[in-house]
Formats: sequence, C-alpha cells, structure tokens
Amino acid sequence: MNKLIFEKSVAGRRAVSIPRLSEAESAGALPLPAALCTDTPPALPEVSELDVVRHFTHLSQTNFSVDKQFYPLGSCTMKYNPRINEKVAALDGFAGLHPMLSQLPGGENLTQGALELLWNAEHLLCELTGMEAFTMQPMAGAHGELTGLLLIAAYHRARGDQRTKVLVPDSAHGTNPASAAMAGYEVVAVGTDAGGNVDLDDFRTKLTPDVAAVMLTCPNTLGLFEQHIVEMSALARANGTLLYYDGANMNALMGRARPGDLGFDVIHLNLHKTLSTPHGGGGPGAGPVGVKAGLIPFLPSPTIKRRSDGSFALEREHPESIGQLSSFFGNFGVVLKAYTYMLQLGGDGLRAATDHAVLNANYLRVRLADVFDNPWPRICMHEVLLSAERQTKAHGVRALDFAKGLIDAGFHPPTIYFPLIVHEAMMIEPTETESKETLDAFAEALLALARQAADNPAAFATMPEKTTISRIDEARAARSMVLKA
Amino acid sequence: MSFVPHTSAERDAMLQAIGVASLDDLFADIPAALHLKRLNMPDGISELEVFECLAAMASRNRRDLTCFLGGGLYDHFIPAAVDSLASRGEFFTAYTPYQPEVAQGTLQAIFEYQSMICRLTGLDAANASLYDGGTALMESVLVAVNSTRRSRVIVSGSVNPLYLRILRSHVRNIDLEIVELPRRIGQPLDRQVLAGLLDESVAAVVVQNPDFFGTVEDFSDVAEMAHAAGALLLASVYPVSLGLLKSPAAMGVDIATGEGQSLGLPLSFGGPYLGFFATRQKHVRKMPGRVVGESVDRHGNRCYVLTLQAREQHIRREKATSNICTNQALCALRATIHLSLLGRNGLREVAEACLRKADYAKRRLSAVKGLRVLNHGPTFNEFVVELPRSADSVVSDLIGRGLVAGLPLGRFYPEAANALLISFTEKLSQARIDSLVTALEESL
Repeated sequence: MNKLIFEKSVAGRRAVSIPRLSEAESAGALPLPAALCTDTPPALPEVSELDVVRHFTHLSQTNFSVDKQFYPLGSCTMKYNPRINEKVAALDGFAGLHPMLSQLPGGENLTQGALELLWNAEHLLCELTGMEAFTMQPMAGAHGELTGLLLIAAYHRARGDQRTKVLVPDSAHGTNPASAAMAGYEVVAVGTDAGGNVDLDDFRTKLTPDVAAVMLTCPNTLGLFEQHIVEMSALARANGTLLYYDGANMNALMGRARPGDLGFDVIHLNLHKTLSTPHGGGGPGAGPVGVKAGLIPFLPSPTIKRRSDGSFALEREHPESIGQLSSFFGNFGVVLKAYTYMLQLGGDGLRAATDHAVLNANYLRVRLADVFDNPWPRICMHEVLLSAERQTKAHGVRALDFAKGLIDAGFHPPTIYFPLIVHEAMMIEPTETESKETLDAFAEALLALARQAADNPAAFATMPEKTTISRIDEARAARSMVLKA
Repeated sequence: MSFVPHTSAERDAMLQAIGVASLDDLFADIPAALHLKRLNMPDGISELEVFECLAAMASRNRRDLTCFLGGGLYDHFIPAAVDSLASRGEFFTAYTPYQPEVAQGTLQAIFEYQSMICRLTGLDAANASLYDGGTALMESVLVAVNSTRRSRVIVSGSVNPLYLRILRSHVRNIDLEIVELPRRIGQPLDRQVLAGLLDESVAAVVVQNPDFFGTVEDFSDVAEMAHAAGALLLASVYPVSLGLLKSPAAMGVDIATGEGQSLGLPLSFGGPYLGFFATRQKHVRKMPGRVVGESVDRHGNRCYVLTLQAREQHIRREKATSNICTNQALCALRATIHLSLLGRNGLREVAEACLRKADYAKRRLSAVKGLRVLNHGPTFNEFVVELPRSADSVVSDLIGRGLVAGLPLGRFYPEAANALLISFTEKLSQARIDSLVTALEESL
C-alpha cells in the first residue's frame, strides 16, 4: 500500500525555495489587512524534494501505460506517443509564451511562430478531413461536440429555422447525447440494424423537419464502416439537417476517405487519439472542430488569417460568431504535438498509419473470432468488437473477468461493456504501432483465458493477482464517498 | 516514418490470415466514388528535419521581453522535478483509469490532487479536473442552476472578461439569463446594486477573488446576501493567493473554481491548463466530471477508484451532469507535484513574494507623474494604473525597450483605453521592476 503524500509529511520539512526578496520589497508589515488573510495556511504536505520524487516515481510504477504494455483500449486509439512531440512542445519559444501577448497592440508580431503553427495545423487538418476551416478552441472531444452543436444551432438560427432535435445512434459515445443536451437539444436515439449500420427505416421515421443534426461516428463504435452513409447524407441534406462527425474513430480513415467527402458538415477530431498526442492518464486532449463553408461565419473568434506578405494576423470581427469556447487557442500545446506528428508522417505516413491500424484490427478479428462472438462478422475497420456472451452463458465468465485475466497476462484490457447495445462487449483497438508478435501474444493470452473459462471458471474470481492491489469494492467507494484526505 | 513496425513479409502473412489480397480490400465498405487516392500534403520527413522546422517556428515568438502580463495566467517558477516526474511515460502514456488495478498511480495522484484542492479552498469535495478556469466557472453556474432549479445568474462585472465570454458562449441555447453587474475597476463589488437584483429567481451570484483588476475582497457578506435569497455564491479564485488569503469556504462560498495554470503549468500560449472545481458535500452528486474515491480491494488494502460515475455521460448520457469525458489529468498531476514541492510554507512564501513585489511596484509607480493607481483597496499580485495616454501606445513604446509593461484594458473595455493591468510573480527581480518604473517615467 502506498502512503498518501500527506502521510509522509513532517512539520518543518521543505523541498523548493524561491529567490529572497530585496530589502525594499520586504520592508514593512504585510501589505494586506489581517481580516482578508487566513490564520491557517492550507495544509499541504511538508516533504523534501527526494520524498516527492520517490513518491511519484513509485506511483507511476503501479500504472499500465503504452510505454510498458499493449493497451488496446477500444475507441481510445492508444498508439505510440513519439518523443519528438514532447521535445518540441517543451521549447521555450512555445512553452514559455504568454497568450496575452497576442492580445497586445501589434501582439501578432510578437507571436508569429505560434500563429503560423496554428494556421499550418488548421490547413493540414482541412486536407486530412475534407473540411474548409477549423477552430482549435475546443479542449477535448466532448468540448468539440458541444462547439459543433452550438455552430449548428447558430447556422439554423441565422436561417430563421427553429429546430429542436438531434438524432444519435444507440451505439454512440455517451458524450454525444450529453453534448446535445448541453446545447439545448432534445436527443432522439436511432436503432442499429442487423448489418451493424444505422437502421435506415428508423432513421427515415425519426428524421422529421425539426431535426437540426445527426451525430454519427464513422466507422461506428462497432468498428464498422457505416454502409448507409451516402443514403443518410442525402436524406439529411434533403431535410435541411446537418451531419455531425464524431472523430473518435478517424484513425480508420486517414488517407483513405474524408468525412467532408462523405457528406459531413461539421466534425471534431480527437488529436490525442488519431494524431498521437499522449493521453496523460485522462487528458489533456484537444478537440478541434472543422466545418464546411456555410458554417464558417459562426466559428469561434478570433480566427487566424495569413496576410498577403505571408505573415499571420488575428481576425476578431465575426459578428455571427458563437463567441469563445476557451480563452485563447484551445490546448495549444496539444495542437503543437499533433502538428509535429503530421509533419513527420506526411500524407503517405498518415495513410500508412490508418492502413496498418485496420490491418491489425482485422488480424485480431480472425485470430479470435472462432472463440468469441463477433456480432457483426464482416471486415472491420480500426477496431474489432467481440463479445464474451458465449463464455458468460456457458461458464459464468464475463467480459470483466477476461479483462482482469488479461491484466495478469501483462496486457491492458480492451474497452468493456461499450457500446451499450452489445452484451459483454469487448472492444479491441490495437492501433498501427503494435507489431505482429504483440498481437499474436495478446490473441494467445485471450484464447488461453477462454480455455480456462471452460476448464476452471472459478479461477477468475481472484484475478488479477499480479498487481499491487486486487479487485476493488467499487460499491463501497460510492457508498462511503471518501473523496479526499 | 509512421511508427509502423510491420515488415512486408509480416504484412503479407497478416493479409493472408485475414483472407484478403491487399490493404485496399480492407476498405471495400467505403463507396468507390469516395475513395481517396492520396492526401494532398507533403510526404513525411525525418525527426531531425521536423525538429529544425519547429525550432525555427519557436524562434519566431518573442521570448526576450520582460513580461508584466497576467490577467489570470502567470509566469510562476516551476521546479525541475515537476517536469521530470510528469514526463514519466508511465503517467503520460496511460489513459483514463477505468481499470483501477493497473492505474493506482494515476488514481492515487488524482485523489491527492482532489485533497489539495479541498485544502486550498476549504471545501468538502473536488473533482478530478475540468479544462480551464473559464469552463470551470461555466460548469459551476450549471451546477447552481441545476441545484436551485432557478435560471437567473448575477455575475460581477469584475470577473475575467474571457471567462464571461466563455460562459455566455456555452449557455446560449439553454434557459439561463445572465445579469452582469456594472464593472468597477479598482473598487469592491457594489452590494447595493446586488441587493436590488437578488430575489427568488436568482440561482447564483458569481464573483472573482482577486477580481480581474486585482482587487481583493472578503465576500462573506455577499455569501449571506446570496444565501438569504436562496442563491449560491460561486467564486473563481487564484490558487496561489490562497497561500495567504481567507479561503473561499471561510467566506461562505458554495462552489470555488479557478485556473490551475499557476500551479506548475507552462504558459504554452493558452493551454493545456487546468480548471479546478470544489464544492460543499450537498452538491457532490451534481458535480461535473470524474471523481476518485477511496475503497478497499479484496484483501482489505486501501486503494482508489473512479466513483459516483452515475453522474457521468457514459452512463447517464443526455441526463449527465456535464458532457465532459477527457479532462486535464496530466495537468492536475503537475499541480499535485508542484504543490507537494512547495508545501505548506512554500505556497505561502510564493504568495507573499507576489504580494510584496506588487506592493513595492505600486508604491514606486504611485510616485510617477501622470500615472494613477486605480485600486483604492487591497490588491494581491496585480493592479490597474491609469496612464495619461492610451495604454496601447505606451505598451508599444516600451516593447521597443524590451518590456511588456502590462495588459492594456482597452482590448476588453473600449472606454478604459488608458488603463493598464500590471502583474507580478516571484520571478520578477527588483531590478526588473525598477526598469519598468524607469521606462514608464521616461515615456510618460
């Protein structure tokens, strides 16, 4: 058991110091009335620098991570995070740059490198996705969804068109309906058909004149390309409904197809998934939003323009803009890493990344499909959805048990119990940066667990056993609600 | 280079196992007419070339200037151990700790982060992070609306104007009226005007401490006024100031939010930053975002796990308390390491250094002819001065001398074109402050 940092605290112990104040600065009583001050400074730990280094080093060592393990977490695209990204983001010319500099008179001239980077990144993203402009303000995928829906609302409002509903497939990420609700829309769920696509009949029925947008993930969360996309796009267009693209699965399409060409009007990308920026234990990500020409007037402000002399300027006059979703340019440091990745890979490398992501997912599909249910058995895209329902029914061994068993085998588990429409779902996304040996070892481990499920299902109850802690009483955490020390 | 390890022999073997002839066959579901031949962008280049290109771009940003810029984002010292620990691959290449047995490092760090935010604010519970100070304030407003079932919010005009813009932009399509109190540069919140607006339709009063213009206040009486009307008091606070100032909880604040950038995060031209959010026990189930709780494993060992997930989008979907999923976990980790290194006494020392340096500058600048300090009451690490000509022109002149004298407020408030917000941190030596005073003396 790791002690908390507070439990290592010893009164009076110190780590860092700051420069001493000059005599003139420190002269006199504290220039602040006592009534405004606290009597007791916040009880932060009192520890040495070595205490801190050991504490967090030990903590880090209890994590699984892409750097140590295969991490096939479906829908999250846990690919290798190139180290050049980190090195570039740490350059003082970027990391040390105060964003308020851009707000000064002539401030653009003080920040030309940063504005150039944002402008270049925007144009590469446009080419990658077939969109006509991007905003970098949204700070994660869900934030991008909300931004996209606010853009869609502004678009309809400007046309005097009152629309109140958003259609979302029942297989969609939970953020889709949550974002639609935050944007003031009523959410209408659309079913999935036997082929793993949106149920077209249900879609036609629900595509009423008050539908503002349809949110689609393509390939969808079943890992399948949406085969009705052309027809859905035509139906939506005829109805005056805009198509929103959830970019969580863009790693399946780079260089092979573009959402803009598929008929999507608004799109967000998850730079931390598709474009290799690290996931950071839960963030930060970045969720830039791209639009077709008709929505450009509504983009968040300011935007970046290239002047005729090749320099870059901020444009603030956007009377129809939806406003600002973040204070400056979103998670600039994340955009910077994604831009670095796009430069290094280039058009050919991005396509190769997608090709091998899809190759790897299909390879795992054929290696595992005899033993685990594959609810929609066809060529998948960058991830493969399996189900442990057969093992659950026959032996009482569930997806959760397989997840814990994989941990003991040295693998991070896939995403489980999502999408919600599949029983005992296990969504496996290998990504392109994993080798055939790794995929083979993972497949062998999962097949061995399937054999064990038949031979000795009771063994799963104690898994995982090789970790610092074993299975957790999650209900107790919710009941006792100890949220702080 | 696409970081793909496959040899052509391996690729062929895998294609054969799948039962297709080529990579193209894997994309057969995409309608033929929509197949892309190739991306119209340059081919890949080497790591060395990438680095040279980016380093050249970085050099086109001015980092040779002495900056007195703040406005919610500050150039504080970051100890080397913060970078060193947060750049461990085990932390930054992990993802959301959905599998707690293999994510105790991330989970315990978040639990410690939540604990530190509670200790800073004095409040009962904090979440695992939000995007930034502006969106954290926006989320606090949504919680207040949700908790009180009222739809009117009164916001101090001295809240960061960017946060106000962020708030307005996010809530535009929901039933929520935002009433902005008159802005008062250098003056406390006008209690009388507030009293006239407070009634049973008001969900919350939103303030900032120190406010955007640097003024520090005790909002205890405002909390009483808000509570008497059945409204919540929401405060956006500057975490470094909490090393010295009375805590939000002690003032009666119901939800404290803020920008955590000053806790060990580089300025990085606007992000990634850290929105923190803390509240009282009774609002815990309405909090947005992830929360880590303590539990035990099968053997009774103490451990940590994501909890109260029934509030969240992946379970509640359109009925969730927020749509947030990916947050700013690595930034929260940096803040946790940073606060551990500073410790109880270090945070207070940093706060006192900021306060005393700003006060020294205020005393010196008060003596500069033609310049007037607009803050009458107490301030923390920044304050506003009025110049005899446009602050834009003064700032432009001083950039020629290697100084960014502050943030001209005309960008946000056209009628305040001569006002300049000047900010200080422990990194600015007395010599640099003196150079600002001299430069202003000579240019006015």
